[in-house]
Amino acid sequence: VTTTIDSRKFKKLNRRELLKLAPVLALGAFAIPKFQESLLKAGLATSDWTSSKMFRSGHLAKTFSDADLTPFNKFPINGYDVADPGVDFETWSLTVSGAVQKPGDYKLAAFQALPKVRQNTRHVCVEGWDVIGRFGGARLSDFLQSIGADTSARFVYVECADDYYESLDMVTALHPQTLLCYEMYDRPLTREHGAPLRLTIPTKVGYKQAKYLTDLKVTNVLQRAGYWEDQGYPNYYGL
Amino acid sequence: MATHSIAIENIKTGEVDTAVYEHPFIVRLCHWVNAVALFVMIGSGLQIFRAFPSFGAKIPQKDLINWPKSFAIGGWLGGALQWHLTFMWIYLATGLVYLGYQLFSGNYRQVLFVPRDIPGVWPMVRHYFLFGPKPLATEAYNPLQKHAYTSAIILGALSVITGFAVWKPIQFSWLAWLMGGFHWARLWHFLIMWAIIAFTFGHLVMVALHGWNNFVSMLTGWKKDPDYPAE
Repeated sequence: VTTTIDSRKFKKLNRRELLKLAPVLALGAFAIPKFQESLLKAGLATSDWTSSKMFRSGHLAKTFSDADLTPFNKFPINGYDVADPGVDFETWSLTVSGAVQKPGDYKLAAFQALPKVRQNTRHVCVEGWDVIGRFGGARLSDFLQSIGADTSARFVYVECADDYYESLDMVTALHPQTLLCYEMYDRPLTREHGAPLRLTIPTKVGYKQAKYLTDLKVTNVLQRAGYWEDQGYPNYYGL
Repeated sequence: MATHSIAIENIKTGEVDTAVYEHPFIVRLCHWVNAVALFVMIGSGLQIFRAFPSFGAKIPQKDLINWPKSFAIGGWLGGALQWHLTFMWIYLATGLVYLGYQLFSGNYRQVLFVPRDIPGVWPMVRHYFLFGPKPLATEAYNPLQKHAYTSAIILGALSVITGFAVWKPIQFSWLAWLMGGFHWARLWHFLIMWAIIAFTFGHLVMVALHGWNNFVSMLTGWKKDPDYPAE
């Protein structure tokens, strides 16, 4: 024991040390309704930004053997409203617009004419469940190339037959496992799974993988980010 | 780091007490920020879990537990994700600042459970749970306490690591692989949360049992009348 101080001084000393912890109270801002939303938005934006920096365009999601597949009838069907928006396959086409050299309507045959990729990949839902499915289709990157898309644009934006809509960052859009999918388990896509054309993106969470595509736009500006994103889900959500 | 101590002379009675400076400022700051962050991470994590309260298949879904909404934060899955993905940065930053400080200041010796603490664990267990005699305290933390805090720090690190495996199972595929893939990483993350809850429960019971001076020391750093010899 070196120093002796009187009890009044000790009290003062304690008070000073206690006050040093005042910055902890700053966390209370999260409890104030006025600040809460913008603080959480900033936190989510930080997570999205970090996610995009962590994404390695050359890194492939794990692929699985046929034995690992979840049986087709146990592959969940998550739609935001209806399982079947009643797409007329005869007249269906994907309407392409935005920063592309060849805008217009593309029939399913246009996608089937592109090199076909089949992959067994894990589908992860934001809710927490995961399944392994077999998907077949054309690489989105091949399609973007065939229509002369400006791949320096930031986003690929899609709209769906059921009013669902989604956006995808260009780096993920160009990833070799990102597919415009028209087959599951080697059979044509069923209506509940998004026929005739859906997105399969093993490097993204499920809600990014829009079904029943009707429109595709290559763009730098998004009016809307996505059906769930606009309600508060993360914009990026890469796995 | 030698904990420094002072003598306090009571101005009225002239009695002399000792006090030791037990918790440096950074440790106290990290402790309380972490307490808030942990509360939010667990609350929002449980709300996220509510979206799929199972570790089995989606079809057919067999729920593990119907977790009550009142013991969760965020209100819905999207809201909980916002809290979880925001506070994880605060949680991580606090952990890194804490570990960095402890390491570079040498203060880790106060907390770190080392092999020479092993013989002292059983006498403490006997004292707490079997009404054994109280072993003589020689330093700020007794061996059982060091064991608990060291375990808590390891659990904290594991919660971050398993969390990254759940959040980024492809970019951190090696992490997810270590845990047996995404599906298992999610279960590990959940189990580690419960281990942290168990620690926190025990911690709070001990705080309640050890009185005011002990509690105040985590606020001001100073512990009056320590039960171990001051240096």
